Amino acid sequence: MADTISTNEVPLAVQTRAPAMRRRSRLEKTLSSPSFWRGLSALVVFAIVWEIGARSKLWFGIEVPFFGKLPAPTEVLGAAVHVVDKPGYWASWYQSIRRVLTGFILAQILGIPFGLALAVNKYFRDFFFAPFEILRPIPPLAWVPAALIFWPTNEMSIAFVTFLGAFFTIVINVLGDARSIDVRYLRAAQSMGASQWDLFSKVILPGTMPSIFTGAAIGMGITWNVVLAAEMISGGGSGSSGGLGFFIWNSYMGGSLEQIIVGMISIGIAGFLSSAAIRKLGEYVMPWRRLF
Amino acid sequence: MQDVLTGHEIPAGDGARDTASGQSRIELRHVSKGFGEAWEREQIIQDLSFDITPGDLTALLGPSGCGKSTIVNMVAGYERPDSGEILLNGKRVTGPGKDRMVVFQETALMPWQTAYQNIVFGPKLRGDLRGAELDKEAKRLLDRVGLGDFKDKYPIQLSGGMQRRAELARALINKPRLLIMDEPFRGLDAMSRPLMQEFFLRLFEESRRTNLFVTSEIEEAIFLADRLVVLSNRPAQVRTVIDIKLPRPRDFKMMSSPEAFAYKREALEILHEEALKSFGGDQQAKYEDASLRQAS
Repeated sequence: MADTISTNEVPLAVQTRAPAMRRRSRLEKTLSSPSFWRGLSALVVFAIVWEIGARSKLWFGIEVPFFGKLPAPTEVLGAAVHVVDKPGYWASWYQSIRRVLTGFILAQILGIPFGLALAVNKYFRDFFFAPFEILRPIPPLAWVPAALIFWPTNEMSIAFVTFLGAFFTIVINVLGDARSIDVRYLRAAQSMGASQWDLFSKVILPGTMPSIFTGAAIGMGITWNVVLAAEMISGGGSGSSGGLGFFIWNSYMGGSLEQIIVGMISIGIAGFLSSAAIRKLGEYVMPWRRLF
Repeated sequence: MQDVLTGHEIPAGDGARDTASGQSRIELRHVSKGFGEAWEREQIIQDLSFDITPGDLTALLGPSGCGKSTIVNMVAGYERPDSGEILLNGKRVTGPGKDRMVVFQETALMPWQTAYQNIVFGPKLRGDLRGAELDKEAKRLLDRVGLGDFKDKYPIQLSGGMQRRAELARALINKPRLLIMDEPFRGLDAMSRPLMQEFFLRLFEESRRTNLFVTSEIEEAIFLADRLVVLSNRPAQVRTVIDIKLPRPRDFKMMSSPEAFAYKREALEILHEEALKSFGGDQQAKYEDASLRQAS
């Protein structure tokens, strides 16, 4: 009891050192949280089961079809250690991230205003909603052949297809949320003298922020899907400029199973890091959402 | 005087520095309003006339779904009557304005702004109060509604009662001529509801800012109001206007006085008649139908 009281009443002089203290306590918090250990033990158990299966070709005496050719996690780890040393692997990372970001950022820059315009302007909606809805169901990958023919370089085709993956998601999210903003917020602002522009910038825009970030998170996942597939299909250029998709394809052509899995896990990590980054940014931009 | 919620001494009157309060008259003249296309048009309000008298709290009491919120929307200027007119001090109401502020059902605080940011929103938008002066006024109102320590909290971090009080402060900083409250305490729990009523009563009695208070609770209406406008079922019309002559400042003990009971009985009788009208006819027919079948 005495402990809790003393931490609540930290003197001001001590509080100025708060940032350093907070970082450490956050790591401690993670290490002491049961959720963290549960997640970690699940990963470990998964790796062990995989290892046993890959080595004995049998799972507890039962032969599982098709799984025989899977390399063991230790072998994958070995390949990873080997690959991490090569600049080509990191160049693949760099290429894929660059493509994802190009398509993703373009989609946000064009998609957010487009979605908002659809939401607030009836005429705009009348003109553009129908073509948008016809184009939306076409999977981004269906655009690949046309894009390869249409755009002068491979790079532009990949960027375009990636862009499409995120664009439709963000537009549909923004449109839905901006249209369903509580009318009482708008009315309260109107009573206080808000102009049309005020209503847009001070009510509709912040009110739509959560769905902008939801759309961004989903769109980010889709862009990773699309980039990888586009890189495989297009060949992604030659050598180190291929990206992670081409890295996997190349490993397949070279018959290195371990390396395929290294590539796959790399994508998993890349996707995880991107959504974590979006979540962090969302928390920073929308402090009121951190409280949910 | 002491604040019922915070126990703090109440700072000097709200009304003293606000010339707009207590002098505004709203007149509704033969107002009608319906919704829907011609062939299935439903008349919500039919030839409704009543006054909101200056410096009084006029309570609008009616069965739920009778069109009270539509009346609020028209007085606030969010919707226009199909016919008839609404006058504020003789001038026709044509749209929303800061002279008529609404405290909405549930809460309409903007979730992305802190209590403080919500309160300064209006003045900042218009630029009619700024800098240190605005800050001082916002803090005074926050203290007044007992939220001085909660100014940097987001609405979601506040309790229901706190949200209502923050919303009151957000309305009051605009110094409206008329404060419109649309079932403001609906959804509050049984503990905080009477506290909020009492708190609001003190706030009103101190400034006597002309108030339109919409409610479907008879007790609440009688406890707060100077005038009680009882509405009929849809289409809404005035059934009667009861002058509540309970002395001010009021307290809950007065609610058990014979006068309060008389008011309550009078309002109840009318509301009961209206309630019977709305489903009585139907129910009666079904009942007769069933007994006929039994007899045969």
